[in-house]
Amino acid sequence: MADVPTDAPEHCPGTQSEQAGKSSSCEGCPNQKLCASGATKAADPAIAEIGEKLSTVKHKILVLSGKGGVGKSTFSAHLAHALASDATKEVALLDVDICGPSIPRIMGLEGEQVHQSGSGWSPVYVDDNLAVMSIGFLLSSPDDAVIWRGPKKNGMIKQFLRDVDWGELDYLVVDTPPGTSDEHLSIVQYLSSTHVDGAVIITTPQEVSLQDVRKEIRFCQKVKLPIIGVVENMSGFVCPKCQNTSQIFPPTTGGAEQMCADLNLPLLGKVPLDPRIARSCDEGRSFLAEVPDSPATQIYLDIVKSIQDYCSNHVTDEHKAT
Amino acid sequence: QINNNNISESLSQVQHVVLVLSGKGGVGKSTITTELALALRHAGKKVGILDVDLCGPSIPRMLNVGRPDVHQCDSGWVPVYTDAQKSLALMSIGFLLDDPDEAVVWRGPKKTALIGQFVSDVAWGELDVLLVDTPPGTSDEHLAVLENLKKHRVDGAVLVTTPQAVSTGDVRREITFCKKTGVRILGIIENMSGFVCPHCSECSNIFSKGGGEELAKLTGSVFLGAVPLDPLLSASMEEGKDFSQTFPESSTFSAINSISQTLLCSLQAS
Ligand SMILES: Nc1ncnc2c1ncn2[C@@H]1O[C@H](COP(=O)(O)OP(=O)(O)OP(=O)(O)O)[C@@H](O)[C@H]1O
Ligand SMILES: [Mg+2]
Repeated sequence: MADVPTDAPEHCPGTQSEQAGKSSSCEGCPNQKLCASGATKAADPAIAEIGEKLSTVKHKILVLSGKGGVGKSTFSAHLAHALASDATKEVALLDVDICGPSIPRIMGLEGEQVHQSGSGWSPVYVDDNLAVMSIGFLLSSPDDAVIWRGPKKNGMIKQFLRDVDWGELDYLVVDTPPGTSDEHLSIVQYLSSTHVDGAVIITTPQEVSLQDVRKEIRFCQKVKLPIIGVVENMSGFVCPKCQNTSQIFPPTTGGAEQMCADLNLPLLGKVPLDPRIARSCDEGRSFLAEVPDSPATQIYLDIVKSIQDYCSNHVTDEHKAT
Repeated sequence: QINNNNISESLSQVQHVVLVLSGKGGVGKSTITTELALALRHAGKKVGILDVDLCGPSIPRMLNVGRPDVHQCDSGWVPVYTDAQKSLALMSIGFLLDDPDEAVVWRGPKKTALIGQFVSDVAWGELDVLLVDTPPGTSDEHLAVLENLKKHRVDGAVLVTTPQAVSTGDVRREITFCKKTGVRILGIIENMSGFVCPHCSECSNIFSKGGGEELAKLTGSVFLGAVPLDPLLSASMEEGKDFSQTFPESSTFSAINSISQTLLCSLQAS
């Protein structure tokens, strides 16, 4: 549905929407007749191309949250690191946060650029079996702002899926920006001709965050995206001096646990607020490798294990079904 | 029924318009907006908050106004007042949505259209300062708000960041956004700076420290101040309590208060 032409009238409803050719902003648009005829509602050919391209990717996982700053990118990066710690698996991490790409820094790849290869853009590799793609690799300086409206962002996401030379992959992890907007609709739509395992939803414990996350869950249900489970991040801070726990973001309405019980969703785990995680991200290193014996590392690994299990059970279910 | 009120009318009695921006999500834009508004009101000012975060409007909860029905008068939408003196007015795009849990799954053009109408259609009346809380990023909502507010006036933007590099990196991009769109940067606030353990008073820099001040130096912007990571503040936000009333003696409140004073001076000087 990246269906608003760049030269469209200001309030173009989109060439594939129900209102196409019929809304008041369509008046005077040279394409009004075409849109009204319904011809433009045909599926974007890119969807089939993407389906073809990603047919060599076994598992696709989206990391989502309605709320900003809850740790989506941190989680995506650690999920990718943990999956790739098995040297026999090929893993890729795609950052579709077009306006605030933080994956390059978190993965220690700031300043890297993508290269054009015969078969498309080649991603940037952290390890032989861990590839990363982000709009950050296409910017010339860390001050560059991507001030794009929706349609342009959608075009970029399409290119990331269709024109990147992903190769054979076991896992593709997709990190998203906060909210339920163009980026989210686009990724779901562009992946509609492929199998997506599901979404991992990240939240922090307080209601201010949960109220947005509930909307994200509604979004998943609306677009029929299965939810693998919920991760509660920044849940409790253990003082390094006195070892007492403080609830910096208090779970005033029962936190993710209560929400998961209410909505009948699995809670994959609760990751504590650990300053070393923030530091690892700033320095572009894997916290899992830096502090392998911390409680947070163990929790991450347990969560990743549940996700792996979900993905493989899913595959067997599907095989049984066919 | 859409009002054909023009923008300069609805904002004609508003002295100053300040955007609260951050490239990064969850750094405390809405919290800072709320606290600045409360501090300014505390100082005797008439304040308004315009919340344009369509996908995640947080201010109604933070000010504990629930989900009021908003009404229209001849000059547009009537904002919701949090007190009898009508010294703090709020208009949230959240008020116009039917179901609070429903996801607003809209693409850019639709958001642009709604925001355009929304910004020009609130009957603010007389205000000293109007604070505009925005969603994270530099995209449709931001461009739409700016385009519409600029027809009247925009004094400038306050940028909120947390201290860690992952966040200041996004705020650097926001600074470029301000430069490209001609918005004056009134200053940078570092939020969630240092956490004092309530059990042993040890200060931990959970999201590191000093990143906001460094960024201000690097980019030649004013550093407005640092607000600590305070569990009493997040609890207060959850319950929609007025932190300036409940903890007027805390160092967190004094940090916020001094930021609001600096901001006010810079607005009045311009
Ligand atoms: N200084 C602070 N001390 C403690 N908690 C804080 C502080 N600042 C913000 N918070 C809490 O952090 C959470 C995120 O803050 P807030 O919702 O204001 O961020 P935001 O930038 O508006 O997020 P979004 O990008 O999603 O709009 C809230 O629960 C808030 O109460
Ligand atoms: Mg907010």
